[in-house]
Amino acid sequence: MSKMTLEDLRKLREAKKLEASQRDTEGKETLVIVGMGTCGIAAGAKEALDVMLEELKKVGNDNVIIRQAGCMGLCHVEPTIEVRTPGMPDTIYGKVDAKVAKEIVHQHIVDGQLVNEHVYDKPAADIIKQ
Amino acid sequence: MHFSLSDCVLDLVQNSIEADAGKVLLSLNQTTESFKVGIKDDGCGMSEAELKMATDPFYTDGKKHIHRKVGLGLPFLIQTLSMTDGNFDISSEKGKGTSIDIEFNLKNIDTPPVGDIISLLYQVMCFEGSYGMSAERSYADDKGSDSYTVNRKEMQDILGDLNSVSSLSLLRDFITSQEEELKTDWS
Repeated sequence: MSKMTLEDLRKLREAKKLEASQRDTEGKETLVIVGMGTCGIAAGAKEALDVMLEELKKVGNDNVIIRQAGCMGLCHVEPTIEVRTPGMPDTIYGKVDAKVAKEIVHQHIVDGQLVNEHVYDKPAADIIKQ
Repeated sequence: MHFSLSDCVLDLVQNSIEADAGKVLLSLNQTTESFKVGIKDDGCGMSEAELKMATDPFYTDGKKHIHRKVGLGLPFLIQTLSMTDGNFDISSEKGKGTSIDIEFNLKNIDTPPVGDIISLLYQVMCFEGSYGMSAERSYADDKGSDSYTVNRKEMQDILGDLNSVSSLSLLRDFITSQEEELKTDWS
C-alpha cells in the first residue's frame, strides 16, 4: 500500500458513502461494544476488536457501529463484547479471543444464532443451549 | 503486566478519556534502543496524594465499581518499567490534567514487544466522546528517521463518526499506510 494522503482518504470515504446510500439499512443497525478497561486490554481486547473489524469488513456488513467502553465489570471473563442486533437478545460475550470474535460475526451478527458457550450475560438462562 | 507496550499505552490513554479529557496529545517515538511515549491530557487530574495512591495496585477511586479494591493501569506500567530498566515521569494537577512521559528500554530482554501500533492508533481515536486527540509517531534507526501525525478532528471531518465499520476500516487503512511507509522510506 502506498502512503495515503488526506485527499485519498476523502475520496475513498465518498465512494463508500455512495455505496452505502444505495442500500436500505434503516433501523437494522447492529451495535458492538468492546470492553477496553485494564482487564479487557490485558486479556486481549485490542486484538478482539481488530479481528471483529476485519471480519465485519470481510462479510461486507457496513451497518455495524463499534464502540469502546471501559470495564463492564466482568473482569473474570475478559475480553468482553456486547452485541445488540435487531431480532436477537442483547448479549454480552466473554472470553472473546480471535476465534470467538470471528464466530460472533458469522454466527450471531450474520446468521442470528447465539455463540452459546461464550454468553456471559443478558439472555435468560433457558434460551441458551447448554 | 500487559502483553505488549502498545497495550500498556492504550490502557493509559483510556485513563485520559475516562478523566474527561478535552484534548489528548500522544507521542510514540521509537528508535532501535528505546520507545518513548508521551501522554498529556487536560482531564480532571489528580492531587498529589491521589497521584501517589494511583501507583498502588490496591487503590482505586472506587467511583466506577464500588466494590472493587484494585486499580492496575499505572501499576502495570510501573511493574513493566522496573523489571526492564525503563523510566517514567508523571505529573498531575487537580482540575488541570495529567502528563506522563515514559521511556521503555527496548534493549532489555524482558521488555515486552512494542506490539501492534496500527491498532493502538486507530483504537485511541475511537473511544466515545468529543475529545480531541493528536498522535505523533516517529521511527528512527541508523539509516534515517521519519514521522507522521494523526489528528482525530481531521479524521472525523473526513470520515464522519469514527464508529462504523466502514469509517473504522478506512481509518485503519490510512494509519496502516502511514506506518508501512514509515519503515520503508529509507531502507
